[in-house]
Order: sequence, then C-alpha cells, then structure tokens
Amino acid sequence: MVKFNEQQLAEFNRLVARYPEGKQKSALLPVLHLAQESFGGWLSAETMDYVAELLKIKPIEVYEVATFYSMYNLKPIGKYMFEVCQTGPCMLRGSDDIIQYIQDKLGIKPGETTADGMFTLKTVECLGACGYAPMMQMGKHYREHLTREKVDAIIEECRKNAATNN
Amino acid sequence: MGVKLLLEKAHVENIRLYDVYRREGGYRSVEKALKTMSPDAIVEEVKKSGLRGRGGAGFPAGMKWSFIAKPEGVPRHLVCNADESEPGTFKDRYLMEFIPHLLIEGLIVSSYALGSNDTYIYIRGEYAWIVDILEQAITEAKNNGWLGKNILGSGFDCNIHVQRGAGAYICGEETALIESLEGKRGNPRIKPPFPAVKGVWDRPTVVNNVETLSAVVPIINMGGEEYAKIGVGRSTGTKLISACGNINKPGVYEIDMTISVEEFIYSDEYCGGIANGKRLKACIPGGSSVPILPANLLLKTAKGETRYMNYESLSDGGFATGSMMGSGGFIVLDEDQCVVKNTYTLARFYRHESCGQCSPCREGTGWMEKILHNIECGKGKMTDIDLLWDIQRKIEGNTICPLGDAAAWPVAAAIRHFRDEFEWHVLHPEEAQKRNYGLAHYADPIHVPV
Repeated sequence: MVKFNEQQLAEFNRLVARYPEGKQKSALLPVLHLAQESFGGWLSAETMDYVAELLKIKPIEVYEVATFYSMYNLKPIGKYMFEVCQTGPCMLRGSDDIIQYIQDKLGIKPGETTADGMFTLKTVECLGACGYAPMMQMGKHYREHLTREKVDAIIEECRKNAATNN
Repeated sequence: MGVKLLLEKAHVENIRLYDVYRREGGYRSVEKALKTMSPDAIVEEVKKSGLRGRGGAGFPAGMKWSFIAKPEGVPRHLVCNADESEPGTFKDRYLMEFIPHLLIEGLIVSSYALGSNDTYIYIRGEYAWIVDILEQAITEAKNNGWLGKNILGSGFDCNIHVQRGAGAYICGEETALIESLEGKRGNPRIKPPFPAVKGVWDRPTVVNNVETLSAVVPIINMGGEEYAKIGVGRSTGTKLISACGNINKPGVYEIDMTISVEEFIYSDEYCGGIANGKRLKACIPGGSSVPILPANLLLKTAKGETRYMNYESLSDGGFATGSMMGSGGFIVLDEDQCVVKNTYTLARFYRHESCGQCSPCREGTGWMEKILHNIECGKGKMTDIDLLWDIQRKIEGNTICPLGDAAAWPVAAAIRHFRDEFEWHVLHPEEAQKRNYGLAHYADPIHVPV
C-alpha cells in the first residue's frame, strides 16, 4: 500500500500550506512530484488515488492532470532515465546523432527501458538549455554539451553508482 | 561594452548568496520603495520607464499593472512566470540560477506596488534544481527581514512561494499558468475576464515574466525616466538575449537595444561569429515562434537599412520581410542546416505542446508535423507545400490562446522565404536525403575568411 512516511507527510503539509484555505487542490502538481519521487519514479493508479484522498479531491481530477503534463510517468521507468532534447536548437548542434548513439549503445528505442531495468531513453521537447546543446535531463539535473564520449562516461557513472548502492 | 543593468553583478563570486548580493548593493530598491514611495508611485515609475514585458509579447508592464482591479476585501496576487519553454530561450534560467536575489528583490517591490501579500513563482518543472536555489534565496531574504510580516516597518506583509510545473509549454500562457497554479490541466481561459480582474482563485492577478520583474530593480534604483533614456524609441532599457545554434559563443547576453544584428552575431563581445568558419544562412531572432529570416533580410531590412536588435527594427517590414523580438531566443542556422528539417522539429514541438482545446490547433499542428515529416523524408508532393500554407493560415487567429499563432508563424515564414528549398526536397527526394540544399541566394553578405 502506498503511504507517505512522516518526512514526506511533513513536506506534503508544507506544500498545502502555501495556498489559501480551501484551495488545497493548487498543491496537486507539486504533490504529484513528491509522490512520484516517493513511490518508485512513476504514478500508479493506486498512487494517484492516494493523492486524491490526501487532497480531498476526486480521483479523476488527479488522473486528468497526471496525463496532461509530460513529467509524470504513467508506467515504471528504469533506474536512470535519459531525457534527450530533440527540438530545433539542439538538433542544429547534433542531438540526432546523440539520440542514435544512445539507442545503439543501450539497444533500446525512445520510450523503452533496458532489460536489466537500468536505463530508460526518452526524447523530449525543448528544456531551455539551447545554448549548451546537445543536452539531456537525468533526474534533477541537466547534462549539457553532450558528445559520444560524454554519453559513454555518463553510462559508466550510472553503472558504477548502481553497483555501489546495491 | 554596453550598459548592464541585470547582469552587471552576475559574475561576482558567490553573488548567489545573500551576504554577497547585499554587499554589492542588493535590496536597495526595496528600502527606497517601502520607505519613501507609495505603491501607486512605483506603478508610475514603471510606466515612465517604458518597460515592456520580456516574456515575448512586449506589452507595456506599467500599463498591465495599472489594470489590476482593487475590489474591497479581495486579496490580489502577483505571479512570476518562470515557465520559460520557448525553444531558443534560456535567459530566465540564467537570471534565476546565477543571481536569484535580483528576482526576489524585484518581486518584493512589485508585490508592494500591486498589494500582493502572497506572491507565487511558477517555474517549469524541469528546472528542478533552480527551485532549491530560489527557495534558499527566499529563506535568506526572510531571515534578513525582507520578507514576512511588516517589512522594514512599512506595514506591508509579503511571502513568496515557488510552484513547480510539470512539463507543459502552454503553461507559459498566463491563463494556462493560472489554471496550472490551481492544480488543473494547462488549458488557457477565454478572455475576458482578464487575469487583472479574475485571475488565480478568481482574484485580481498580474502575471509577469522573470526578466520583467527583475528589471523593476534598476528602474526603482535609477528612476523610470533615467531607465527610459537607455535604448531607443519604445525599446527602452536592456534586454537579455539567449543566443544559440551555430555560433561560436552561445550564451546569455545583455544588450541595450542600440546594437545592430550584425554586430550582435559577429562581434567577439557577443556571439563571436558563425561556428567552424561557416556562413550565416538564416536566423530565428526571438524564440521559435517568430518568423525565420534569411541572412540578407536579417542583417538589413527590405529597404536596405541596417537592422537593429530592438522591438521596432526586428519587426520592420511586418511578417513579409521582418520578424519579432519575441522572448529574445536568438537561434542561428549556418549554411549546412536544412530549413525544412528545422521547421519540422518545431512543428513537432508545437504538436506535442498543443493543449488540445481548440480544433484548429489540435488537428492542424498534427497535420503540419506529418506533412513536414513527409517532405523531409523525401515523400512529399508539390501540393503539400500549398496545403501546409493553407493549414497554417487556418490555425492563425482561430484559437483561444496564441499557441496557434506560434505554431503557424514558423511554418509560414519558412515557406515564404525558403520555398525553393521545400520544392527541391520534393523534386529531388533521394538527393535531399544525402546532402543539404545549402545557401542558394540567401548568402551572407558578410565576408568570412576561409
């Protein structure tokens, strides 16, 4: 069963307190981020229902928001997700080549996860890093000025981190 | 070196920290405003400054402020639009990431002017680490008495909250942003009522861009009239330009709007010329939505006059031969780039970002993407080019919000100025897969030593 722990509940309360009395639904986007981070990197129906219950809104109000915004994952993702920008400014600086390179290297297509559950590749639209292209988002941070060598290093780094954490 | 008002201190070491920012003269505008000025006087200064909205539309900020309704007993809100998502634009990110206290300072003064006790920064969800930077700055400001209750003994209370979006370009549109702030899908509202009357939670609301609100700091410090002396005509003050694409020095630059486009691209102080010794083919000067211009029309207007980096000059000639200042996202294409492919990626972007409310945009952006993909892949027909033109024309002006226009304009401008490149793709489908169309007659008039 999904349930926030004490620390997560404290964060939930902090988020809700930012809005006027009775307008707690306004906290929905940040609370969904919190839920996604807390429950395995994606939003299951169970998670969304739990958020609805906490915010005292109907489940449909959560579903319609979760399906609208691109940052909410509606199915499980790999331990590391590469979100590579493919819009004009990144394309001009070679993002096609980077996306192809990652596909070949990991043996997956955009939207897929490696069999070991380690990596998910996703193509995304402009992330506001056009001057530092090509780029991708990994978790909370951006990786910019990507080259094939840099991609190799990032994959290596992820594998190392995963090995140390296990 | 041009005048620097926003980025003057951006390179001071640790300027992100409160103590350093304060030592460098930070928060003086809050002292001046709260101790010596009335809220209305601040609105007047901003009006006098001629400051225009820096998010893309360029609407006079002071005038927008003066529209806010003040019904008795109803709270008002200032909302900072930090949902920067227009391809080519990354200037607000730079401000928030490197000199966050400037925005917080601008927000306090602006909140006082508008009577907003709870002010929200709506930031795009992907800028996750910047949320921490802003919250840190807010905490520091609060600990030093610039936020909270009875600021500087003025009787004015103010809190600033940071709300993270979750990946939707449309939320940069102010009414979609308000919907999103209320915890809903980012579907733009029909106006009127305007946010100044009925905004977030049906309360009077002003939504301004990060750069606009940061510019309030120098305006209050130097006075609106002095600010208006910088720049030219109705392009007053300084503007941040985020330059990207095939240039030597991509990055964020502050300009005073009197420099020419040619100087901006070729001078070492700014873009440093086209990368790899290539020649300039085309440029989208104000973010992906504004019309793309071939080199000859970018550097000089149709009348043969020098084109400058300001609102009026960039739009000289209207859409037939000009473009727009927009958000200041300056995207440069060198001679090796394909206009058809670039336009296709932008069409894909707008299809992805359409909220789906209005059928011309929901259906039209999908069609444009598919047709452009066909042409790019060598499967296009001659009639497709006219069909594209027809679709964009039927989207423009027929949607609730400007996303429809934003999707239509890049396609229209690409066909208007580069029709021969589209035709070449259709006529030579196999060759188009192997090589680029090149420069044709758009040649860069600037001599580049090889």
